[in-house]
Amino acid sequence: MELDLPFIWAGIIAFAVWAYVVMDGFDLGVGILFPLYPEKHDRDVMMNSVAPIWDGNETWLVLGGGGLMAVFPLAYATILPALYAPLIVMLLALVFRGVAFEFRWRTETGSRRWDVAFFGGSLVATFSQGIALGALVQGIEVENRAYAGGWWDWLTPFSLATGCALVLGYALLGASWLVLKTDGVLRMEAQNHARLALFGTLGAMAVVSLWTPFLHYDYLDRWFHWPTVGFSVVVPLLVAGIALLLWRGLTHGPDWQPFVCALGLFALGFAGVGISFYPHIVPFALTIEEAAAPAESLGFLLWGAVVLIPIILIYTGYAYWVFRGKIDPEEGYH
Amino acid sequence: MFESFDATLLARIQFAFTVSFHIVFPAFTIGLASYLAVLLALYLKTGNWVYEKLFDFWKTIFAISFAMGVVSGIVMSYQFGTNWSVFSDRAGPVIGPLMGYEVLTAFFLEAGFLGIMLFGRHRVGPGLHMFATLMVAIGTLISATWILSANSWMHTPDGFALNESTGQFVPVDWWKIIFNPSFPYRLLHMVLAAYLTTALVVGGVAAYHFLRGGGQRPEVRRMFAMAMAMIVAVAPLQIVAGDMHGLNTLEHQPAKVMAMEGHFQSHPDGAPLILFGLPDRDAQTVHYALEIPKLSSLILKHDLNAPLAGLDTIPRDQQPPVEIVFWSFRIMVTLGMAMLALGGWALYARLRGRLYESRGLHRFALVMGPMGFVAVLAGWVTTEVGRQPWTVYGQMLTAESVAPISAPAVAASLIAFIVVYFAIFGTGVGYILRLMKRLPTVDEDDMIDSPLRTHGITPGPANPDRVKEHHHGA
Repeated sequence: MELDLPFIWAGIIAFAVWAYVVMDGFDLGVGILFPLYPEKHDRDVMMNSVAPIWDGNETWLVLGGGGLMAVFPLAYATILPALYAPLIVMLLALVFRGVAFEFRWRTETGSRRWDVAFFGGSLVATFSQGIALGALVQGIEVENRAYAGGWWDWLTPFSLATGCALVLGYALLGASWLVLKTDGVLRMEAQNHARLALFGTLGAMAVVSLWTPFLHYDYLDRWFHWPTVGFSVVVPLLVAGIALLLWRGLTHGPDWQPFVCALGLFALGFAGVGISFYPHIVPFALTIEEAAAPAESLGFLLWGAVVLIPIILIYTGYAYWVFRGKIDPEEGYH
Repeated sequence: MFESFDATLLARIQFAFTVSFHIVFPAFTIGLASYLAVLLALYLKTGNWVYEKLFDFWKTIFAISFAMGVVSGIVMSYQFGTNWSVFSDRAGPVIGPLMGYEVLTAFFLEAGFLGIMLFGRHRVGPGLHMFATLMVAIGTLISATWILSANSWMHTPDGFALNESTGQFVPVDWWKIIFNPSFPYRLLHMVLAAYLTTALVVGGVAAYHFLRGGGQRPEVRRMFAMAMAMIVAVAPLQIVAGDMHGLNTLEHQPAKVMAMEGHFQSHPDGAPLILFGLPDRDAQTVHYALEIPKLSSLILKHDLNAPLAGLDTIPRDQQPPVEIVFWSFRIMVTLGMAMLALGGWALYARLRGRLYESRGLHRFALVMGPMGFVAVLAGWVTTEVGRQPWTVYGQMLTAESVAPISAPAVAASLIAFIVVYFAIFGTGVGYILRLMKRLPTVDEDDMIDSPLRTHGITPGPANPDRVKEHHHGA
């Protein structure tokens, strides 16, 4: 049987993007929640809960970007110029967020400033990512292997809605991460914030899901025709079930339950995007097949991916394991 | 036409700006990661607390530098697409997988073990902590290997074919692509540069403390001795490696060497070495040239009378900007010689037993502290500007590589990058300098005003592991 290299790679890239979204999602979410926890002590604990792992989480973004250039260079070369403004803003916001992890501990007088940078960077990076996703969903104009649209095409009511949706979603991930990693009053506050964020996330998912099929006929067709309509029926049920589990986890369940359920919600949302796109990688402009690099490139990097990604997951898992459990505020990471 | 030229120039400035800021951090962290691994290994082997103090001292500085390297590096991985999309589409099938391997083999390794290295010493024990530190150091070297392979391929492309219908470079022989002709030389030159840069910084910091009266401290002395030994060993090696790299460039990118040398005219019977002068591309001549006859032929061809072609053999529109390359090359070489002189002076002082007393040496070492960065930047300017007008040498012009982004958008993002980078990285460098000004053994409450710190360090506490964990900064 011939391996369908572009299809396999589409799956790997999708996995990398999902891994990025949930992993950096929860630490960006912790940043988004910062203003709700004005106590310096709480903020120290929140930051310490992600400090040892944020760098690894963000590396998935480099794999998503760098990997896209390697295996779908035409998609990389058309999506990135199309999303020029939101992506540049996201990169700059990630600069603020990333350095805040170190800079915050280097100054007494300026530490509030880096709190603001951490919050602002997390919020703006998330909002830009949401806008970028929305802009991609609504489609990108491509002619002669190049982006052919204008430089404000990304800015629409729909992309602003997806921007808000992602902020709510990351806040949910962040809050449920805090439930998992903290104790006492901080954990109780995080539970409350997780409840609010859950409602917000479900509402945003509903709005975006009802909006998407009316963006383009292909989506409408995909969502309401056999066999994919089955998915359109099952997914909302699964979302409702997982949301219920998340809710119960916040009051009764073990502390890992809300976080795992939040990951599940993101997986479902992500699968929805994947099914809507397929077989396109750039909606309505480029299919996976058209955008794929030559087989020589796909095959060469596939060896590395097949061998190395499992190893990466093992030692990343180990790093999480080393820092497992509740954050001890007295431990003094810094 | 004017519009497109403008956008290209702005995109070039943006790339040069962001990559120049970025390279400063890896150039430092590659060397520093190895230095930290050595310090920790020496501490575990000898039990000498001096090494542990030095490890803790440099670890904090490493953490800040590394964070700045990471965030400025993510920008680079997206710049290819946002600003150089045509290049990405066409060359992506070749250099994309190289960068993909960099992420898979290096970035995850560094990031995965960095947290354990910085925060996890008492959680994993000394053995695994040493392992994590080693993985971070190895990760930085693997990363350098892949990215320099990708960069070198753009200078000396090999092992590819062209797909006429898509315009894409198609990989044919990965071995030839990775080990393209300039790669081994460039890798060696860059890794040595990173080690030299770090040694100069460490030596400069130690020298500062000598001059400030901290010269009796064993950790200041140890730091200085290690840094000077490194410079004594690496500076001559680097000059040899640079010479080999230059000869390789002469073979594959002769126009770049012509620009470096300021050779506008061909010299059929021995070319002079132009020490200084004012190159003028419009007039195709070097004004006020101070030259040594035939020495260039001796250096480049090892023969006084060997003929050397000049830029008159290269069409005007394919000549690199001679003025920039000529001067950046001289800055790099002059600094290289100054590093050699520092090593020589240190060796002389050591033999006379005055390594820790010679104020002249300490002053020189302090001045040379940041010069590794200047030399690295000058070297990269030489090789990258010297490649112009090509992105993929001889195959794809820079003007053909740029994304269809209009000038105002590029200008806006460029201004944003300039403002943010100067503000953020300026602050970060300020924090690093402040950390460097503290002595390694000072009470750490004084060093970092962290709220979680409860008490200061006294050398050799009763229960080292647990107590130290409370202070070790990062």
